[in-house]
Amino acid sequence: MENRQKEIDKLKDYKYGFSTDIENTKAPKGLNEDVIKFISNIKKEPQWMLEFRLKAYERFKQLKEPDWQKPKYPNIDYQDLYYYSAPKSMDKKPKSLDELDPKLLETYKKLGIPLQEQARLNGIAVDAVFDSVSVATTFREELIKQGIIFCPISEAIQNHPELVKKYLGSVIPLTDHFFATLNSAVFTDGSFVYIPEGVRCPMELSTYFRINASNTGQFERTLIIADKGSYVSYLEGCTAPMRDENQLHAANVELVALDDAEIKYSTVQNWYPGDKDGKGGIYNFVTKRGLCKGKNSKISWTQVETGSAITWKYPSCILKGDNSVGEFYSIAITNNYQKADTGTKMIHLGKNTKSKIISKGISAGFSDMTYRGLVDISSKASNSNNYTQCDSLLMGNKCGAHTVPYIKNKNSDSNIAHEATTSKISEEQLHYCQQRGLSAEEAVGLIVNGFCKEVLQQLPMEFAVEAQKLVGISLEGSVG
Amino acid sequence: MKEQLQKDFDNTVKNLNLSQKDVEIKKFSLDNFLNKGFPNRKEEDWKFSDLNQIIKKNIGELSFYNDYTYTNKVDTSEFVDGLEHNKIVFINGRIEKIDFDYEKKEQIEIIDQSETINKFENNNSLSDLNNALTNKSFKIVIKKSYQLVKPLIIYHTSNSKIWSKNINLRLDFELEEDSSLRLIDLFNDTSEKNFFNIFYDFNLKENAILKNYKVDKQENKNIKYSFNNIEQNKNTISETFILSSGSNFFKSEINCNLKGEHSSAFVNGIFSLDNNKHHEIRTIVNHLTENTKSYQLIKSVLEDSSKAAYQGKIFVNSDAQKTDGYQLSKAILLNKDSEFNAKPELEIYADDVKCSHGSASGSLNEDSIFYLMSRGLNYNQARELLINGFLLDVVEKITDSEIKNLIKNMIGIKE
Repeated sequence: MENRQKEIDKLKDYKYGFSTDIENTKAPKGLNEDVIKFISNIKKEPQWMLEFRLKAYERFKQLKEPDWQKPKYPNIDYQDLYYYSAPKSMDKKPKSLDELDPKLLETYKKLGIPLQEQARLNGIAVDAVFDSVSVATTFREELIKQGIIFCPISEAIQNHPELVKKYLGSVIPLTDHFFATLNSAVFTDGSFVYIPEGVRCPMELSTYFRINASNTGQFERTLIIADKGSYVSYLEGCTAPMRDENQLHAANVELVALDDAEIKYSTVQNWYPGDKDGKGGIYNFVTKRGLCKGKNSKISWTQVETGSAITWKYPSCILKGDNSVGEFYSIAITNNYQKADTGTKMIHLGKNTKSKIISKGISAGFSDMTYRGLVDISSKASNSNNYTQCDSLLMGNKCGAHTVPYIKNKNSDSNIAHEATTSKISEEQLHYCQQRGLSAEEAVGLIVNGFCKEVLQQLPMEFAVEAQKLVGISLEGSVG
Repeated sequence: MKEQLQKDFDNTVKNLNLSQKDVEIKKFSLDNFLNKGFPNRKEEDWKFSDLNQIIKKNIGELSFYNDYTYTNKVDTSEFVDGLEHNKIVFINGRIEKIDFDYEKKEQIEIIDQSETINKFENNNSLSDLNNALTNKSFKIVIKKSYQLVKPLIIYHTSNSKIWSKNINLRLDFELEEDSSLRLIDLFNDTSEKNFFNIFYDFNLKENAILKNYKVDKQENKNIKYSFNNIEQNKNTISETFILSSGSNFFKSEINCNLKGEHSSAFVNGIFSLDNNKHHEIRTIVNHLTENTKSYQLIKSVLEDSSKAAYQGKIFVNSDAQKTDGYQLSKAILLNKDSEFNAKPELEIYADDVKCSHGSASGSLNEDSIFYLMSRGLNYNQARELLINGFLLDVVEKITDSEIKNLIKNMIGIKE
C-alpha cells in the first residue's frame, strides 16, 4: 500500500513517467560497424544509405567529444548503449492502426496523443516515434491528395530516395560536430516532410517522440523540405519514462526552405527531467538547423524547454537567400538540478536578411541556465538586421542564470541590437497578486506566464494551452 | 622561438641578482609559457584576437633580451604641458625616472621588488612570460589617508632603438585606507614592431579611490597587451578609462574583484580605429559580496578595415545580493571592411540583482546626417559632429575635470 502511494506521488510530479512493458527487438549493445549494418539492414536500406552511415562513423571515430558547454555531465560510455530498439510487434510493419499493438495504442492514449481516427477532430497529423521506430502516421491519405509527403524517414529513404539523397546532410553535414555525426551514423527513425511547390499545408504536422526502453539512445532524424512558395507548421513533442539512469537523446533536425517558402517549427520538450535530487533524466543533445536556401524564405523556431536533465541545443538559421527571415522564440525553464545551455545561431549570408531572437529563461531550485547565442552578419549580407532580447528570471540564490551572446558584425550597412536583463519576481508584484486572492504559487504562475507571453503566443493554439500549464507545473514547489 | 627565448632568458637572469630559489620560480614560469606559447584563437578569451597569428604576421621572430645597462635620455619635451604632474618614465621598457615632486615624501613609499619574486597569477600564458622576464618591478604604496595632490603620469615611451623586441613591464600599487590616486598611462611610441606586455596590480584598501586613464593615441606599429588587476575592499571606487586608438594591436584587460561591500567599479572605453588596426577590451567584474556596483560603457568608431572586439563579463556570486551591474557597447562601422565583435556575458548566481547588458552595432544614422545637412553643414562636417557626439558621451563619464579636459584636447573633441 505504501509503495503504491509512493508511486502515485511520483506520477504526480511527472505524469508521463510510466513505462510500457513491451517486448523489444534490440541491436547488440555497443557502437561498431556491425551495429550500423544491423540498423541499415533491419530497415532494408539501399546501399547509398549504408555508405552514408559508414562514412559518418569513420568521421565520428576521429572526433572528440566537446567539453566547452556549461553543464558538465559524467562521461558517457558510447559502447554501453543500445543504438536500436523497437517493439517486436513492429518487426512486420502493420498496415493500419487496427493491426497496431494495443499496448502501443494504450501508451499514446495515456500520453494524450490521438492515433486513432477520432483524431480527425483534432485536425493534426501525427507521426509517432517509439524508441527507434515510427509506429504510426495519421492522415497520410489526405495529405497525399495535396502532394504532401509526411512519413517516417525510413520509408522516405525507400520511396523518395531522390529527395532524401538531395537534402539529407545538406544542412547538417556528415562532418559536423560530435553528436550530429554520431546521429548521421546511427539514426533510426524520424519524420520526413515534403511540401510541394505552392502548397499551403492544411493542417499542423506533428511528431511525437517517446523513449521507452532503458539504456537506449534515441537518435532520430527529421528532414523537412518546403518547396517554392509553400508553408508548413510542424510540432514536436517529447516524453520519456522515469528511470534512474541518464538516457541520451541526440537528434538531428534539418529544415530546408526554398524560394518564398515558410517553415514554422515548434517544440514542447518535456523529457523526464530527473527527480528532485537530480537523479536520472534525459540528456537532450540535439542539433537543429534550418537553411533559408531560397529568396524571401522564412524559418521560425519556437521552443518550450521544460524537461531533460541537461538540455544542450541551439536551433539555428542559415539565412542564405536574399530577404530571408529567421526567428527564434524560446522559453527555457529549469528546476531542481536541471541544467540547460541553449540559444540560437543566426548566420546572415544573403542581402536584406532579418533575424529576431526572443529568449526567456527561468531558473529555480539548484538549476543552472545559460543562454548562448551567435549573431554573425557576414560582409556580403548588406542591409541586414538582427534584434535580440534575452531575459532571465531567477528564483532563489542557489540557481544560476547566464547569458553568453557572441555578436559579430562585418557589414557596415547592417544593424545588430542586443539586450539582456536578469531579475527576480519583485515582492511588490507578488504582494499585489496575493492581495487579490491568489496563492503564492498561483501568483508566481501568473507572473511567469506574463514574462513568457511573447513566446507563448507564437505557439499554435493547441500547444499554447499545454505549454502554459507546463510552465506552471515545472515551477511547482519553487516558491517559498 | 624556443631556443631564442631560452637564450634570452638566461641572459636576462644573469644580469639580475637573484637567489637560486627565485631563479627557479622564474624558470617555472618560463616553462609554463614555453608549453602554452602565445595565446591563440583556440582559447575562448582570445577567440576574437589571435595573438599568436598577429605577432607572426606583424613582427615575425621576437627577441626577448633587453640590455638595460645604459640609460636613455629623458626628453622633457614629451611631457604633458599645462598640467602639473608626478612622473614615472619608461623608455624602451627601462625605468628612467620616478618622480613624486609634488607630494609629501613620507606619504609615498616606493619599494624596489626587482630582487623578490612576486608572481602575477593570471591564467593566460602572457602572465607567465611577464613573470619570467620582467627585470625591474616596483611597488608604490600610498599611505593611509593621503590623497595625491597632482596626478601621476606614467610615460610609456619607446624609440627606434628597439625593433622586434618583447618588453615586459610590471607595477604594483597599494592604496591604503582613505587614500586616492589619479593615474594616467600615456603611450608615446616612435618604435615599430615590438610587443609590450604590461601587468598592473592594484590593491585598494577601505575607502580608497583609484582613477586610471589609459591613452593610446599616437600612431604606431607596436603590439600591446595590458592587464589590470584591481582588488577592491569596502567602499572603494575604481574608475578606468581606455582610449584605444594608436597601436597596431592593443588588448586591454581589466579584472575587478569587488570584495568589500559598497565597492564599485567603472570601466569606460573608446575605440577609434582606422587602417588595419585591431583592438580589444576585455573586462571581468566579479561581484563577490552584497551591495556592489559596476558600470561599463564602450563605444567604437571603426574606419577602413579596422576591427574591434569587446568581451565583458559580469559575474555575480550567490552571496552578492543587491548587485547592480550594467554594460553597454555601441559601435559605428564606417567602412564595409570594418568589423565589430562583442561578447557581453552575464554569469549570475544570486537572485536579488539588477543586471543588464546591451550591445548595438551598425552604420551612421543617415537621417541624422540628412538633418544636419539640411541645416547647412556639409557631409563631412555632419559626420564629424555625429561621431564627436557619440564619443563625447564616454569622455563625459570621466569624473576628474582636469583630466577630462586634457583628454578632450588630446583627441580633439570639441564641446
